[in-house]
Amino acid sequence: MTVTTSIQKPQSSWLRFLASFKPKSLGDGVGTGFLFLGAWLIIFPFVWMLSASLKPADEVYDSSFHFWPQTFVGDVNYYGVLFDQPYLTFLANSFIVCAGILVVQLVTAVPAAYALAKLKFRGSTILFGFVVASLTIPINVTSIPIYLGLVKVGLLDTYFSLMFPFFVSVFAIFLFRQFFKDYPDSIIDAARVDGFSEIEIILRLILPAAIPAVAAFSVFSVVAHWNDLYWPLIVVQSQEKMTAALSMLQYQSEFDNDYGRTFASATVVTLPMVVIFLFARRLFIRSITMSGIKG
Amino acid sequence: MSPTALPRQEGGRRRLAYLLSAPASVLILLIYVLPIVAVFVISFTDYSLVYDGFDFVGLDNYKQMFTDEHFAEALKNTLIYAAIFIPGAFFLPLVLAIAIQRRRRFRSILEVLYFMPVTSTLTAMTLVWRALLDGNQGAINNMLVGLGLDKVNWLGDGDIVLISIAMVSIWGIIGFNMVLFLAGLTVIPQNLYEAASIDGADHPLDRFFQVTWPLLAPTSLFVSVNTLVTAFKLFDTVAVLTHGGPDRASEVYLYLAYLEGFENFNMAYACALSLVFLVVLFLVAWLQTRLGDRRRTQA
Repeated sequence: MTVTTSIQKPQSSWLRFLASFKPKSLGDGVGTGFLFLGAWLIIFPFVWMLSASLKPADEVYDSSFHFWPQTFVGDVNYYGVLFDQPYLTFLANSFIVCAGILVVQLVTAVPAAYALAKLKFRGSTILFGFVVASLTIPINVTSIPIYLGLVKVGLLDTYFSLMFPFFVSVFAIFLFRQFFKDYPDSIIDAARVDGFSEIEIILRLILPAAIPAVAAFSVFSVVAHWNDLYWPLIVVQSQEKMTAALSMLQYQSEFDNDYGRTFASATVVTLPMVVIFLFARRLFIRSITMSGIKG
Repeated sequence: MSPTALPRQEGGRRRLAYLLSAPASVLILLIYVLPIVAVFVISFTDYSLVYDGFDFVGLDNYKQMFTDEHFAEALKNTLIYAAIFIPGAFFLPLVLAIAIQRRRRFRSILEVLYFMPVTSTLTAMTLVWRALLDGNQGAINNMLVGLGLDKVNWLGDGDIVLISIAMVSIWGIIGFNMVLFLAGLTVIPQNLYEAASIDGADHPLDRFFQVTWPLLAPTSLFVSVNTLVTAFKLFDTVAVLTHGGPDRASEVYLYLAYLEGFENFNMAYACALSLVFLVVLFLVAWLQTRLGDRRRTQA
């Protein structure tokens, strides 16, 4: 980096702010231009979706694209999606499933990770071996036996069946174990001397220290299960238990030929995760980099 | 503290450790271990959900793969798709990350925009892509016609459909891989660039090959393995966009396994397909650790 030492006239901060937008060089300006052009291509499907959701059916496929509809029916479309169609149920289902999965995942992973990181017990190596091996196993491989088991106990098409395969997250155990291991033993020993029970140590010392990891994992888990198609496709049989992501598949048959309303529903289904992202961007990005760097 | 209290505490702590790890252990048994054993056993039978009872048939299901033309087709489609998807999903984010990293003013907004597809619900966005890629009235073909070009039958032409799906998938993963590369770039010490510049590496390409690329190797390894596995796991986009069509031209491996298991109820054959898939995943994971180890010992 070069430091310019030329004498400058004192500028107001506003002018300096404006000047900071001035590209350092022609190449730099062109580069920025290309980056924004690429970004426009990336978000165009979102812009198009939003625009289509405000239009009547016959305007959606107009050959020339106008963002703002000639006839505005956005209110009608969104009202139809939320109150004439069962989208509130779909959204509620997705919410219940995501929340249920996350709670059980945390309740099972945090204690197990603590035991693996800080306590000595026979079988801990074997357990950790199973955790690491299971990291590679996707639901697509285990789906048939789990499905057959759910058929056997008659629990298909229930919230339980939607959540069950995800009740334990080996990724969470792996991640939290890594995090807990870094926690200084001396503090834990000191707490033990002070009469803290192990449970108190977990709840009052370890967990607060692990909040960043827990928060990042939570975002990761909720997004993954909100967006999941494969498993709901297998276990859901009725509209009452349909998740938001799965509901999008209905449009393959002639579920709704009102295209404007179709894209209003797509917007409604996508919106919650985009909002979470915009509000918890750092967390979101940490959840991704943690999976890569810490592994 | 009395000396005898210590062993008793140790014992109590061990019992507690079992208690703490018990729920997770039981669930791992039920959700991973037993199902894998079951997949293994079922794959040697002729079990099907629609008939009662089953017989052991040895390796028949595995032999069937060699004669099943749908299997060969799905394998071919998956490999073609991976060959299109992986380079795009690797190099575009790499270039973007390097370009964005140096910027102070616009970095955040660009990061947000490129990352948007990662957070969005793919099934919903695929619905949008189906409209954009529509052969007759889709926005992309409208644009091509506007530029004086011919329309492309994005989803209806068997030779093009895998390219279309790869395009949608690359759109979905750019932000994800870019964030990983950005994280890898930020840990490269700035003084290495200065040292390289003293050694005469002033051109951006020199800096890239002498500093960035070697130091980014751990990130690159992770991104490429992750992208490879993502390519093999393709399912959602096919299920929403094409249903494997036209005429099985986009029927990829996991979609075939899904159809065999849950549409045709050939559970035993689907289990054999799943197991082969798992073996491939384990091979990739093994290769990843081997490459990682070798790099570490070399460094």
